[in-house]
Amino acid sequence: MKKKKWPETWQEMNPGCMVFEPASARSYLTGSWKAQRPVWDDSKCIKCGICYIFCPEGCVSQDEKGFFRADLDYCKGCGICAHECWPGAIEMVEEG
Amino acid sequence: MNIIENFDLFAPRLVDKKEYFCSGHRACQGCGEALAIRLMCKALGPDTIIANGTGCMEVISSFYPTTAWDLPWIHLAFENAAAVGSGVEAGLKALRRKGRIPDRDVKVVAIAGDGGTMDIGIQSLSGAMERGHDMLYVCLDNEAYMNTGIQRSSGTPMGAATTTSPAGKVVPGKQEWKKNVPEIMVAHNVPYVATACHSYPLDFMNKVKKARKVKGPSYIHCLSVCPTGWRSASEETIKLGRLAVETGMFPLYEVEDGKYKITIEVDELRPIEDYLNRQGRFSHLTPDQIENIQDRVYQEYNKLMDKVNGLHSWSDLKYEWGLFE
Amino acid sequence: MAKRVGMEVGIAAAEAVGMCNIDMAAVYPITPQSHIAEHLSEIVADGRIDAEFVTVESEHTSISCVSGASATGARVYTATSSQGLLYMHEILPIVSAMRLPVVMANANRAISGPINIWNDHSDIMPQRDAGWVVFFADNGQEVVDMTIQSFKIAEDDDVMLPVCLNMDGFQLTHTVELIEFPDQKKVDKFLPPRKPFATLHPDNPISMGTLGMPEIYAESRKSQDEALKNSKKTILKVWDEWEKMFGRSYKPVETYLAEDAEILLLTMGSMSETAEIAIDELRKKGLSVGLVKLRLWRPFPFEELKAAVKKAKLLIVTDRAVSFGGSGGPVFIEIKSALYHEKERPLVYNSIIGLGGRDVQVTDFMKIVEDAAKAGEKGIIRDYEFYGVRG
Repeated sequence: MKKKKWPETWQEMNPGCMVFEPASARSYLTGSWKAQRPVWDDSKCIKCGICYIFCPEGCVSQDEKGFFRADLDYCKGCGICAHECWPGAIEMVEEG
Repeated sequence: MNIIENFDLFAPRLVDKKEYFCSGHRACQGCGEALAIRLMCKALGPDTIIANGTGCMEVISSFYPTTAWDLPWIHLAFENAAAVGSGVEAGLKALRRKGRIPDRDVKVVAIAGDGGTMDIGIQSLSGAMERGHDMLYVCLDNEAYMNTGIQRSSGTPMGAATTTSPAGKVVPGKQEWKKNVPEIMVAHNVPYVATACHSYPLDFMNKVKKARKVKGPSYIHCLSVCPTGWRSASEETIKLGRLAVETGMFPLYEVEDGKYKITIEVDELRPIEDYLNRQGRFSHLTPDQIENIQDRVYQEYNKLMDKVNGLHSWSDLKYEWGLFE
Repeated sequence: MAKRVGMEVGIAAAEAVGMCNIDMAAVYPITPQSHIAEHLSEIVADGRIDAEFVTVESEHTSISCVSGASATGARVYTATSSQGLLYMHEILPIVSAMRLPVVMANANRAISGPINIWNDHSDIMPQRDAGWVVFFADNGQEVVDMTIQSFKIAEDDDVMLPVCLNMDGFQLTHTVELIEFPDQKKVDKFLPPRKPFATLHPDNPISMGTLGMPEIYAESRKSQDEALKNSKKTILKVWDEWEKMFGRSYKPVETYLAEDAEILLLTMGSMSETAEIAIDELRKKGLSVGLVKLRLWRPFPFEELKAAVKKAKLLIVTDRAVSFGGSGGPVFIEIKSALYHEKERPLVYNSIIGLGGRDVQVTDFMKIVEDAAKAGEKGIIRDYEFYGVRG
């Protein structure tokens, strides 16, 4: 996991603690939080996109073939995608 | 890809793929509120400014020197999300009129939790709505002061155990009913008021889009499931939201110019045990207490249906006096 | 020559704001600031300036509202007093920490307990540590001049801090004085439209008001302290520029007959003018006395103060506020601590006067000085006194 970098000196602080780089939270990889991860069974997947819609992290995306995958760098293993998948194409598998 | 205008043909795959609330935020696993924000931002699009009140969403998304927002965002304090939003709206209006910023519609959206809206924030919300700023206010209701450790707020449902309304031997959880802030907003003559839930994402996003189009104040009250505070399983977040709607505990409706309309029709209300059983915060309730709550849920739902069937749109009421005698 | 008009100072303050091409103002009425709010709303309603005037539902909202607008790049203004300022207290440090150039007029009024609507400085003193630039105006001309200067100082890239201009409620805001309004074209040249450092706009999305973990909070506060200290350079520069353009000079610490004085009286705010007359009278009686007027309260003008008082034997600091259970009035505490390490410094006394609008007359000042002089000659160290309190 990448280490978070704090400003070294007070002179480096942005005035007003403003953050000028949007979406910079991506530097913090929340993937280490998970105790289980989602695994897709492409044979059952109907490509409806529900797992993509319901992920609170927004880490589920489509690959070139149109099947869905979670970005394991950010997936927290909450299990919502597996729970909501209508055809039961997602299974939560223990980490480690 | 942009959101299709024809709301009825909505499908998850046609939703805007850009993430305005990016991964890397520090919300709990299975956080319904983070999901609600993510969906709301997709519906709003890039020409938006967010004024956030202190709460879970502000804290998890803005750790200096990073931010999870890909939209302009400002946070000042706990109770003044609506006040800051009013200021941003007034500032933009003046600057646009004077030509100092591009002549383009930018929507101001103020968001806060249930505490920052219904309790400490009610004054600034009421003031902002009364003044009629062109602003959308979204209340993300996870039914307690979750960020400070699950304390009771006026949005906590009756019977729920929180850390300041614990299930004790003498007093079993919160004794008061949930404060009805959407009603307060209708009383403020807000042209568009709606309740929503992240478990019905397309309904929620449609409402946000509709509110965005309103040239004036609008209010959306979004129920957000909090597995940490509600003591429920993190994977059941979406399911619980659905149960809240299906049991009638949180009906989804919209009020356009005073005309009430249920947007997610439920043919027959499920018994509330289905909803209460899955949450640890209700586990102390006796069957008598549950029946009490069930009666009250029916009463509140009937009150709502009364309004749906009986009230007219305000524009219909402009005609001569005695129209409905 | 420029024309001088007789105008109530509160109305003149609003007129001065009207000359500054503000974009937005949010005010909540409170006596004695209400004339400023009313007249400003008249100016906007008549179309004399193009600004958004938001009548908010509380002072807390008014400061939040102008902060939000300032974040979008607008030039903003608000005004308040006493209880309203205390209601804003939560937000004042936030505005300063977020480096938003809000300009605020504070019509000094006593704070409650018991409720009192008349003039003293107890409302601004609790805001000492909020990180704002704080000025005190002595008369109507200064109110007008310093209102215009405040915008320039606040918005300067080297400052970017909110400014509070204090004017005594009723004693100043409701008195009619002769004021020379600067020429609008010259004001436009002095004060061009605001060029904000960073704004909220989708064309360049930024996040303002982020969370500060313990790892960076102290650095943030240090940077704020440095910014406030550095702002003095800009303040002096702006006052210099004002003198060149308009002919009136402003200094952080002003003196009256103080160069050779053995006894110095220190005042802040409109009572300085009364004190000047008292100094004249005392000089006629043969006392070697002078007046020191503090105009800049934050950032505190250490060098100027030390230079003004070092030759004197006795300095009498008059306060119009109390720090209960402390070592005296707030100004006295500040000055005593500023002079502590100096090799050449006077004996410092403190008189708390004029609380809750009680009139302070020339004879009162004379009595304070004469009493202090007797004790000061003997080198007695005196505790602070509440002047004129019966019993």
